Amino acid sequence: MTEKSKIVAGHIELKSVCKSYGSVDNYKEVIKDCSLEITPGVLTVMIGPSGCGKSALIRLIAGFEKPSSGSITIDGRPVDGPGKDRLVIFQESALFPWMTTEDNILYGPRAVGEENSKNKDLANFLIDKVGLNQFKKKFPNQLSGGMQRRCELARALINQPEVMVLDEPFRGLDEMTKELMWEYYANLYEENKATNFFVTTDIDEAIFLADRLIIMTNIPTRVAAVIDVDIPKPRRLSNIFDLDQANAIKMKALKILHEEAMKSFRSGSKAAADFIDAYSKRVSS
Amino acid sequence: MIRSIKKYLTSSSTRRGIIAVIIFLLFWEICSRFHLWFGVQVPWIGKIPAPTSVVQAWIPLLDDAGYWSNWYLSAKRVFSGFLFAMLIGIPFGLILAINRTAYGIIFPTFEVLRPIPPLAWVPASIIFWPTAEMSIAFVTFLGAFYTIVINVLGGAQSIDQRYFQAAKSMGSSQWDIFKRIVLPGTVPSIAVGAAVGMGITWEVVVAAEMISGGGSQSGGSGGGLGFFIWNSYLGGSYQQIVVGMISIGIAGYISSAIIRSIGEYFTPWTRR
Repeated sequence: MTEKSKIVAGHIELKSVCKSYGSVDNYKEVIKDCSLEITPGVLTVMIGPSGCGKSALIRLIAGFEKPSSGSITIDGRPVDGPGKDRLVIFQESALFPWMTTEDNILYGPRAVGEENSKNKDLANFLIDKVGLNQFKKKFPNQLSGGMQRRCELARALINQPEVMVLDEPFRGLDEMTKELMWEYYANLYEENKATNFFVTTDIDEAIFLADRLIIMTNIPTRVAAVIDVDIPKPRRLSNIFDLDQANAIKMKALKILHEEAMKSFRSGSKAAADFIDAYSKRVSS
Repeated sequence: MIRSIKKYLTSSSTRRGIIAVIIFLLFWEICSRFHLWFGVQVPWIGKIPAPTSVVQAWIPLLDDAGYWSNWYLSAKRVFSGFLFAMLIGIPFGLILAINRTAYGIIFPTFEVLRPIPPLAWVPASIIFWPTAEMSIAFVTFLGAFYTIVINVLGGAQSIDQRYFQAAKSMGSSQWDIFKRIVLPGTVPSIAVGAAVGMGITWEVVVAAEMISGGGSQSGGSGGGLGFFIWNSYLGGSYQQIVVGMISIGIAGYISSAIIRSIGEYFTPWTRR
């Protein structure tokens, strides 16, 4: 996992990507002229209002769909269909309900005929790392929400993908569990610095995890701003928002999100209304 | 084990169940004997022989090999029809689910044939098959077949798209996806289809035995619980009709329990 080649590989580049759905009568533009770069070894977190088209962007990077125009490349190769080099972790659990924790984690190696002792050791290592030792032989519906997410992280990591894309992976978990997940995830990331692209709507989550923060506009989405989060690691949840630096980044990000929300609100979208209300309350208090 | 049996017997739901059965039997007994005591017949239920007289008619039958051979014959027809329905229905449903062309060609015809009740096939089946035995087996087969196919098809089609995406992105081949996603993902629906199908085969086999006379006219071996009921009716032994009915109830219950536990064995992940 620590070979040098693994670290330099997985450079993702999006160049003026557009994506629209439907034909003339129900035409919808979801992504408009979006260019961004995801660098290996830099935990890139994308934040944007819900429904802005982040998930569509992920489907493009994963290769499940093709852009309407523009290009997506990984290390210069254009993305053409899903591949083992890019793994996506979705919002809802996609663990196979008919497989135990262990079998789920070993799915990838088995799929490519590499169920050898090295991978079994790696599976055990990862199971241990995500704290599921007692739950090896359990089925997903016997695990808690947080355990399911951890199992899914392990299932992705065992394949040692060059690129890992996480689509709001901790959405729907309660606040305490979520924070526990951040720490698990941050630790796993430090162990395996492949290219990670983490998508969220949660600003605290974004700042706690990110090396680089990409802020997106409302639909049709493109990059609104890129902020480097240079808070030293390892970060501690207990004190990160005592730091002026963290709060400054948070306010800056919220301000950009607010400006974007205002723009789309003026152009007739109601999606941003709640965010604008919440923001004005926060600023006035 | 002993403790769990004890727990089961002393649980309040078991107690309620036993009390309900006893009350039901008492009610039935009183209604049946009402006209002997008061000279007025209770409508409908008063015509049915009382449970005590049914038991009296039943006891000698327990020793009678002929009675048990009826069980055996019906069960044989049910399980052979059911087994064929599973063997043909499961692959058939899977092919419809994974192959668009096959679906397009076969499904419309299938949907036209499906609403035809299995019993409507009885005459055609008697003409078509050389022996009555085979025609009964065919009709029971049909009873389970449609249900199983529809369940397999529906089950395979409703597997969440996310599982396929996850499998694909981890490098699974088509065959691997079929083997490790489609097949296990369909098993719960197969189990449901089998349980429902088993119920239908019992309904169908009994009616088919009555209609085709258990094969007696057409030179078959005859017999079966449906035949037993029909014969008791023709012979005027009303107690035996009820014996036959309850026997079918028990047989159906046991079959469903077997199918359910097999289903549970193959779907450990649906247990909590």
